[in-house]
Amino acid sequence: MNLNQQPHMASPYAPPQPGYQMYPQPGYGAPHPTQQYAPYNGHTSLYQQGAPPAGQGRAPPVSGAPPVSASDSYSQYAQGNVQNGPPSVPSQPQRPPVSQSYAPATVHPGTQPTYHQPYEAPTTSVQQITGHMAGMHIGGPAPNLPPSSMSMTPGPPPSMYGAPPTSQPSFPGAPTPPQSAFAGVTPAAPPVSQQSFPTGAPMSQPHYSSVPTSSSQPSMGGPVLQQPPFGAVPPASAQSQFPGMQGPPFANQSMSAPPASQPNHTGAGMPPGPPIGGVQGPPPQPGLQGFHPQQNGAFGQMRPPQSGYAAPYPGQQNFGIQPPPPAAAPPAQKRLDPDSIPSPIQVIEDDKANKGSEPFITGVRGQVPPLVTTTFQVKDQGNASPRFIRCTAYNMPCTSDMAKQSQVPLAAIIKPLATLPPDEGPLHLVDHGEGGPIRCNRCKAYMCPYMQFIEGGRRFQCSFCSCVTDVPPHYFQHLDHTGRRVDCYERPELHLGSYEFLATVDYCKNNKLPQPPAFIFLIDVSYNAVKSGLVAVVCEELKTLLDHLPRESVDEESRIRVGFVTYNKVLHFYNVKSSLAQPQMMVVSDVSEMFVPLLDGFLVSVGESRVVINSLLDQIPEIFADTRETETVFGPVVQAGLEALKAADCAGKLFIFHSSLPIAEAPGKLKNREDKKLVGTDKEKSLFQPQVSFYGNLAKECVAQGCCVDIFLFPNQFVDVTTLSVVACSTGGSVYKYSHFQAQTDRDRFLNDLRRDVQKPMGFDAVMRVRTSTGIRATDFFGSFYMSNTTDVELAGLDSDKTVTVEFRHDDKLSEDTGAFMQCAVLYTSCSGQRRLRVHNLSVSCCTQLADLYRNCETDAVISYFAKHAYRTVLSSPTKNVRDVLVNQCAQILACYRKNCASPSSAGQLILPECMKLLPVYLNCVLKSDVLQPSAELSLDDRAYLRQLVSCMDVAESHVFFYPRLLPLQKLDVEGDALPVAMRDSEERLSRAGLYLLENGLNLFLWVGSAIPQDLLHNVFGTASFSQIDPNMTSLPVLDNPFSKRIREIIESIRAQRSRYMKLMVVKQDDRLEILFKRFLVEDKNSSGGASYVDFLCHMHKEIRQLLS
Amino acid sequence: MATFQEFIQQNEDRDGVRFSWNVWPSSRLEATRMVVPVAVLFTPLKERPDLPPIQYEPVLCSRATCRAVLNPLCQVDYRAKLWACNFCYQRNQFPPTYAGISEMNQPAELLPQFSTIEYVVQRGPQMPLIFLYVVDTCMEDDDLQALKESLQMSLSLLPPTALVGLITFGRMIQVHELGCEGISKSYVFRGTKDLSAKQLQDMLGLTKPAGTQAGRGPQVPQAPPSNRFLQPVQRIDMNLTDLLGELQRDPWPVTQGKRPLRSLGVALSIAVGLLECTFPNTGARIMTFIGGPATQGPGMVVGDELKSPIRSWHDIEKDNAKFMKKATKHYEALANRASANGHIIDIYACALDQTGLLEMKCCANHTGGYMVMADSFNTSLFKQTFQRVFNKDVQGSFKMAFAGTLEIKTSRELKVSGAIGPCVSLNAKGPCVSENEIGTGGTCQWKICGLDQNSTLALYFEVVNQHNAPIPQGGRGAVQFVTQYQHSSGQRRIRVTTIARNWADAQTQIQSIAASFDQEASAILMARLAVYRAETEEGPDVLRWLDRQLIRLFMFHLRRSPFLQVFNNSPDESSYYRHHFMRQDLTQSLIMIQPILYAYSFNGPPEPVLLDSSSILPDRILLMDTFFQILIYHGETVAQWRKAGYQEMPEYENFRHLLQAPVDDAQEILHSRFPMPRYIDTEHGGSQARFLLSKVNPSQTHNNMYAWGQESGAPILTDDVSLQVFMDHLKKLAVSSAA
Repeated sequence: MNLNQQPHMASPYAPPQPGYQMYPQPGYGAPHPTQQYAPYNGHTSLYQQGAPPAGQGRAPPVSGAPPVSASDSYSQYAQGNVQNGPPSVPSQPQRPPVSQSYAPATVHPGTQPTYHQPYEAPTTSVQQITGHMAGMHIGGPAPNLPPSSMSMTPGPPPSMYGAPPTSQPSFPGAPTPPQSAFAGVTPAAPPVSQQSFPTGAPMSQPHYSSVPTSSSQPSMGGPVLQQPPFGAVPPASAQSQFPGMQGPPFANQSMSAPPASQPNHTGAGMPPGPPIGGVQGPPPQPGLQGFHPQQNGAFGQMRPPQSGYAAPYPGQQNFGIQPPPPAAAPPAQKRLDPDSIPSPIQVIEDDKANKGSEPFITGVRGQVPPLVTTTFQVKDQGNASPRFIRCTAYNMPCTSDMAKQSQVPLAAIIKPLATLPPDEGPLHLVDHGEGGPIRCNRCKAYMCPYMQFIEGGRRFQCSFCSCVTDVPPHYFQHLDHTGRRVDCYERPELHLGSYEFLATVDYCKNNKLPQPPAFIFLIDVSYNAVKSGLVAVVCEELKTLLDHLPRESVDEESRIRVGFVTYNKVLHFYNVKSSLAQPQMMVVSDVSEMFVPLLDGFLVSVGESRVVINSLLDQIPEIFADTRETETVFGPVVQAGLEALKAADCAGKLFIFHSSLPIAEAPGKLKNREDKKLVGTDKEKSLFQPQVSFYGNLAKECVAQGCCVDIFLFPNQFVDVTTLSVVACSTGGSVYKYSHFQAQTDRDRFLNDLRRDVQKPMGFDAVMRVRTSTGIRATDFFGSFYMSNTTDVELAGLDSDKTVTVEFRHDDKLSEDTGAFMQCAVLYTSCSGQRRLRVHNLSVSCCTQLADLYRNCETDAVISYFAKHAYRTVLSSPTKNVRDVLVNQCAQILACYRKNCASPSSAGQLILPECMKLLPVYLNCVLKSDVLQPSAELSLDDRAYLRQLVSCMDVAESHVFFYPRLLPLQKLDVEGDALPVAMRDSEERLSRAGLYLLENGLNLFLWVGSAIPQDLLHNVFGTASFSQIDPNMTSLPVLDNPFSKRIREIIESIRAQRSRYMKLMVVKQDDRLEILFKRFLVEDKNSSGGASYVDFLCHMHKEIRQLLS
Repeated sequence: MATFQEFIQQNEDRDGVRFSWNVWPSSRLEATRMVVPVAVLFTPLKERPDLPPIQYEPVLCSRATCRAVLNPLCQVDYRAKLWACNFCYQRNQFPPTYAGISEMNQPAELLPQFSTIEYVVQRGPQMPLIFLYVVDTCMEDDDLQALKESLQMSLSLLPPTALVGLITFGRMIQVHELGCEGISKSYVFRGTKDLSAKQLQDMLGLTKPAGTQAGRGPQVPQAPPSNRFLQPVQRIDMNLTDLLGELQRDPWPVTQGKRPLRSLGVALSIAVGLLECTFPNTGARIMTFIGGPATQGPGMVVGDELKSPIRSWHDIEKDNAKFMKKATKHYEALANRASANGHIIDIYACALDQTGLLEMKCCANHTGGYMVMADSFNTSLFKQTFQRVFNKDVQGSFKMAFAGTLEIKTSRELKVSGAIGPCVSLNAKGPCVSENEIGTGGTCQWKICGLDQNSTLALYFEVVNQHNAPIPQGGRGAVQFVTQYQHSSGQRRIRVTTIARNWADAQTQIQSIAASFDQEASAILMARLAVYRAETEEGPDVLRWLDRQLIRLFMFHLRRSPFLQVFNNSPDESSYYRHHFMRQDLTQSLIMIQPILYAYSFNGPPEPVLLDSSSILPDRILLMDTFFQILIYHGETVAQWRKAGYQEMPEYENFRHLLQAPVDDAQEILHSRFPMPRYIDTEHGGSQARFLLSKVNPSQTHNNMYAWGQESGAPILTDDVSLQVFMDHLKKLAVSSAA
């Protein structure tokens, strides 16, 4: 983290960078981010472990610029903790975090060692923590600080330092208040400081701790910190510790401040700059400019030392206040330096550095997992892996008031059948015998590690509803002296977060064990489909694809049966019974009331009917080669599949390959209603609503039968994705769209998607239920499914890529002691027809301090939730309102933090919580996404398509979707296998002599600068000049040089990561395609009116200020 | 002059007509008093191997309301080249082609022996014959296999240019596209939804120019009239044979206690619709093979629950047959559509239980189609009957004809009241149409979609001449029958029969009128009327009407026949019997009413004996022909001998011969009759002897046998009165009430 942050910081601070570099170099010099951070990470983990307290531990971090800084700090602490860690933990988890954050700060200041020590101290006691803080200061300032910090703890003194210290103290003493304070502060500072801040963060935290922060902070920050940091390069000293860390954090802070200030200040000039820069710099440095740069630099340098502290604190304050002053300086700059504002890349890289090296162990309640961009291993010790569940907040507010106040959404993003890497193994399958899984008598929660066995093991108490249930005799086991069952580690359901139960017949439809599911392929054979080559491609591919249907590892061949239908405005069913010499076609032209014309021979086992199937697939393209039928139906096609499954009495999946708007006379007939004039008006929402209710009703029937529908669209013009996708979206299916499909160029993309779609593990006829501790309740759900009541998520099909987002609301108070539990149980039929229950358990901490909330949240998940929520709201409100609401909520979140968690500072200062410092940039991406702010050339279909895609994305997908990954390739290390470090999505960062790869999970661009070096050109494209590059190529030429190889490898590896195959588009600089490409440079302004990051940040700052005033 | 007997016979042989009266009473009043109306049994396509087809078209009267055909009864002015229509007295010019006409050089139609003459129409395309098989697949595998073989066999009997089509049905209906390579293709419809012709046309893609869908492949130079579903036998012979071979029993599961879902109603509707869209007004046969009752969709006659049995007469009387009316309506509508387009619907129903013939009867009755009822497709009854459909005459043409219309012209004194037989009205009003309807009336033209050489219509006339406007002595009334039809060679032909009868004043010439009475023809004509009424009215009323109307010997048997008596017959059987009674010629009809009984014994050559229980003697073998059944009955003694195996002994060769004789005779009948009768070989005391016992006059019953105290005959256990009693009663009635 620190590292990342540092980088970020650095980058943001860009200007600062120099500073950073400076700082780092000087101060941090060697220590620098990564290394230091790395260690921290390690520590972090430690912390986590220690974490049990972790909750707190984290919290603190959060609170502290927290998140990042916190984490960093933690990590740092961790390292430091190695020593300190333990102690801190004991003292108080949460606090520790704070302290930790502080610690970092302290660390920074004191240099790690010093800090650590201090920390250690803290660990022992709150005071100690404060001490740490003090230490921090001290560290920064000098050893002296420690003492001071100590002193701080004791009293107000902390206020200044105190604040920081307090934060620490908070741990110790009244963590909460302090925390909150911290939270406020930390966050603020954190963001920026976070990393760089780590030091800063710590600082901020300290502030928090002071809580009093606000007051104290000011005092603290203002006086002490700021001054110290800025004034004295001291910060540098602090920085020195943090070198990287601090730098960044500060940068962030300062950055944030500045940006804000700038925008805000724009006019004033002063404010903006001040805010951020001000945060730290301002005060200290009269010369705002100095600050910014300095800050950056300062952070770099300063941080380590006191400055770092100072900075951090200041930072926090800065966010709030200081900025203004800096503003003055900034104004000078006039334009906010993009490098000085929080950088996603920095955050990502820091997280990788901090958390990527050690396994994430889930045993501790309320830990924030590594970011989705970080590669990490998970060890299940009682909570579900983040691959299954990610939350927006890992510290839930205890009361609904708190939740309302903060406006931070409480949601879990659940991917129940997520694919695990091989080393995390498949889930254990538990068989509880004929009686079925053991469950709570009242709430029906399944046996899980949170159940408390009592009375010698004869009964257990449900952790969700507190009901006591008798343990059935066959399940009885004695308890050991700690009250745990002796067989705890032999039973997955007693010690793991995720596992599966074998369901009994009671869990089956009609009390009948299910049949193996079926796949039905429904292929459009109208003129367009035939002409584009689709029919031939599909038929050819199916011949081999059918060998790879999903199967249980124990089965030799898949038990899934297959059936085939072709259609235009009538449907053709095929009898492919193995005993036939030739397939038989049965045409159903009465599409008004669909039925299945045959029973026996429609659904067959691939193995048995192989010959007939091949013969059929050979003949289909021939039979329809000369068709002149252009009209198609769609409703009856779905009905046909549904009826077939009904007749066979099984669940299954339909693969529909469809080309055009269904205008033939039949149920579900549609008309062309694309009307661009409605875009931007109040009626725009009607474009997102299906034009007929037919498909909604049909989808209900499908769900009842367990009929999942996947739609592959190949339109040449409007097909009304909105309406057609209703069926897929309600049945757990997917929609794929290939506009203007041409077999030659789009074949790979389509076939890869198809293969993946057919082969991916999935469950059928599923029902998902999320149970939670008393106090919160799952109230809203997003994704591809149908709900007939308010609690059961019904999924006709659920594949490994599908995500369900669940929003929670309070209906009572939560207890800080027990935390909150959630259990997501999915009942489904496996591909072999076995009925199973998959159970994921997750426990999170609960907090009474807002700071803890802010310190333990995950911005990526928040953004994912926001996007899904907004994308659904466009159905009922004009998009402009939706955007406004989003901005507003975001502003409230940040304002709440500012108000309650950050140390008091100038109103012109932008203070962001460390964990949420990327919220503005990501939110901006959501706001200007194609759904909420379409470009003129975007079709209604495209918007609808994206809208439904996002609804079931997991966090990783939504993250890259909104903030595309931009990789510079020109300086590729062809030897190693590491990907180059990504860049921020901004055009000004592209070099004319460069070569860049951009991906967002759906699109893949290779941007070629016009001044690309000859050798590069030759190595990659095999051409001699820029002008000879064929802009229509969809794959790079295979050239025998390491560079070409490596690039192709990278492209392949990126494709492999995504659930959909991305077609490569080569974009030449200044070429006409570049417009398209530029839409993905999300930090820039875009053509449809989307604001640049800098502008948006300023806007956001203004909003926050309005809220605060 | 020949006796009336000979005259009648000669007329029947030459013209296929049997009048009830061969001298007509000259006024309406007298005609009414005679009870039996002036009527005729007319066999339009009476087999006339000696009749050369005339290769030109008939000359018509120029009066628009007449259009009668030039015939031997017309007065011809050879010098003026004029002829006078004998119906409307219009004077007509001969057409130019008759320029050479003279008394010495008369065209055939003016020769008296050509009172029946057949023209071949040269215009218009020659249409191929069309056979559309509609096959039920809900049956036992044995049955289905037998049916498949019969169908495959039938392909070899069709002329190579004939178009064939295949529709199979069970729960769903499949219309098979023929001539596909590789994949066999069929259009499938659900059995619960009826489709209009228009819908069907769209769904089968019949509106498209040929070749769009059938498109690929070099089959462009094909004759325009065929389409994907109806193709020439020569082209798709193999393909269709394979297709039939692969036919599987309906695959949808039938749970216990249920009947299979059989969508006969819609299948038939689709068949009718398909032909309607593609070959209107062209001769075509829809051959329907059903193995059970329709159980779903329009036209269903019984639900699929086995626990609810198919309707019986009892249910019908109690108005408890809930599907009957709707189904009947459905099939009637189909029959009307089919007949409007000249298409025939045949029904081959093979099942042990009823199949709904009652509801479907109009399909066969209105279109001139066949109705065949058997226990199983795996019986020779079905197999041979089916084969016999494709019998050919000496010229190698099928004996069937298609899409016929019959038009009647009458002299002014006579009007036509209606027709009873396998026809529908064409609603052609004209001067010769009586307001008094008998049977299908109100028209002078009828459509007879399917007819063969035995198809016989009963036509009823009304004498309209008023009593006060006497017809001059020697005046003759004339009737002209103009039958247009599609010959199985594809030619259109017109057969014209013109006959004339003398008018007689009933008051002065009652003897000659009485002498001209044709008892047999009258019997059948009245029986048809009775059956027609039985079909349309309530049973007992018809019997009462009959009793009031006529008193003749055969009426005793008619009253007991299955045509009027429904006791002991299912509704389907009644329909079946009536169907055949309404279309067969006089001889066959007589047999149906009063079965023929032959006796074989050592006492002499085979002899016909009275249909009476007294004919049942122990040392006789009886052969009974009821048209539907051929029954050989071995008397008690004969049966014992046979059991003892005497026929195997050389010294009893004569006994062997005796046993063989009725069998040979039975075979002869079996071979010539359509539909093939049920062949029964039984003996005294055998269970199937009931068929004989139910037919004979119960002169001896358990009530009177001892009283009579006679040695011969077999007592019949019945409460029916014997002929003797019946006659006694009649006599009493005849005397007591003059009316």
